[in-house]
Amino acid sequence: MDYEEAKEKIISTLSKKKGKTKFYFNDLAKILEAKPRDAKKIVNRLVQEEVLEFWSSGSTSMYGLKGAGKQAAAEEGD
Amino acid sequence: MPKHETPMLDQLESGPWPSFVSDIKQEAESRAKNERNIEYQIPQDVCEDILGVLELSYKHKRTHWKHGGIVGVFGYGGGVIGRYCDQPEMFPGVAHFHTLRVNQPGGKFYTTEYLRQLCDLWEFRGSGITNMHGSTGDIVFLGTTTPQLEEIFYEMTHKLNQDLGGSGSNLRTPSDCVGEARCEFACYDTQALCYDLTMTYQDELHRPAFPYKFKFKFDGCPNCCVASIARADMSFIGTWRDDIRIDQEAVQAYIGGELAPNAGAHKGRDWGKFDIQKEVIDLCPTQCMWMEGKELKIDNKECNRCMHCINVMPRALRIGNDRGLSILVGAKAPILDGAQMGSMLVPFIKAEAPYDEIKEIIEKIWDWWMEEGKNRERLGELMKRQGFQKLLEVTELKPDPRMVQEPRSNPYIFWKEEEVEGGWDRDINEFRKYHQR
Repeated sequence: MDYEEAKEKIISTLSKKKGKTKFYFNDLAKILEAKPRDAKKIVNRLVQEEVLEFWSSGSTSMYGLKGAGKQAAAEEGD
Repeated sequence: MPKHETPMLDQLESGPWPSFVSDIKQEAESRAKNERNIEYQIPQDVCEDILGVLELSYKHKRTHWKHGGIVGVFGYGGGVIGRYCDQPEMFPGVAHFHTLRVNQPGGKFYTTEYLRQLCDLWEFRGSGITNMHGSTGDIVFLGTTTPQLEEIFYEMTHKLNQDLGGSGSNLRTPSDCVGEARCEFACYDTQALCYDLTMTYQDELHRPAFPYKFKFKFDGCPNCCVASIARADMSFIGTWRDDIRIDQEAVQAYIGGELAPNAGAHKGRDWGKFDIQKEVIDLCPTQCMWMEGKELKIDNKECNRCMHCINVMPRALRIGNDRGLSILVGAKAPILDGAQMGSMLVPFIKAEAPYDEIKEIIEKIWDWWMEEGKNRERLGELMKRQGFQKLLEVTELKPDPRMVQEPRSNPYIFWKEEEVEGGWDRDINEFRKYHQR
């Protein structure tokens, strides 16, 4: 799967999920139908391009579409 | 007059130990006076508010922190942990109170100049409150606001040559003991290996793609000063495969009282004359030591590296010369299934740069865990779920008696059909020739 195709797939799948804005890395790898190491390359690039963003509880990390979810607005800037 | 009354916290100061409450109060006072005219970038009374919110938590018996967030520095998925207070009107100074993990130097050696630079940066852009060190080993900066994060990161990486540590589903900041720099028990250069793996696995440290946290810890000898065996998903513990070196003259010097046992560490009380039989030989867990006349003997093949004899008589007994390390895997704290100690995976491996053999094992384990691990499943839990045998398969290591802690305590290693001559099928008539029904 080329990068643009993968990007499209991630955006369309994640934006369809109702009531859920944060996803485990494994969820993304499943969407991409890729091995973890290949999926990581794509996911990292999506973060670099600010399509995705990291979320961390401190112990666990998750990914979300940039700006999605309740917390995003509250955390901007101030 | 403090900003908030804190009677319960004040009570914590009354014990005999150093108190974090006193420390925070001291910092609060110093910030209020601001004798160095620092242009504080976050509220000056942050330390008063942290005491206030903590007192309130004690009163309510519940936390007033919200957990986690999207804060971080660009490109990094770890190193910053978002913390928000759920009573921001009451405690505006700690409405944002993010934690930063700073990758500690190997062996935790610093110069005072470096520490001062770090603390100056943190006074200026953070609360001034640090934790030396967090349980992962990092230097922990407690409390700053979101706009300060990139600024701090820029200063640290460009001026102090200092990186952030790991948090979240990442490789956590690798942590090591002082090793050969200060300790004669070190069986390998812990700092060299720790630094090499830290640099090799930058991507794993900063970009989370693991099912959960993963920790490397490096102990130079089985005394395990960083407690890797109890805490690290992969622990590297120094060992030797030849014999403990014995200086018989020094043994006699201990017996005669010229040398103090444990290098004098217990001399504060009168324990009586040193008794080698009672204090060393009888305490050997594998009973592999004895005296033959004036000679101390050790049956080295029975030694399980408990280190007791070497710790008691460091001038007489020394680690062997053929040194390397053991790799143990799967230790963790008790969130699921209780705490687990590390299981022996590689009994002995040489620790020599560029550490290719070690890296090969690490990467095979990661490939397996990344593919098979459930979300938030530690390596030790995956090992328990799929079995130690599976781990041996993925690492392509052969089973070894040293991997068995004691009979029946470890998962069984089963034969597979392809490993058995003739497979599972047998000629029943041939069998009956020798065995009656």
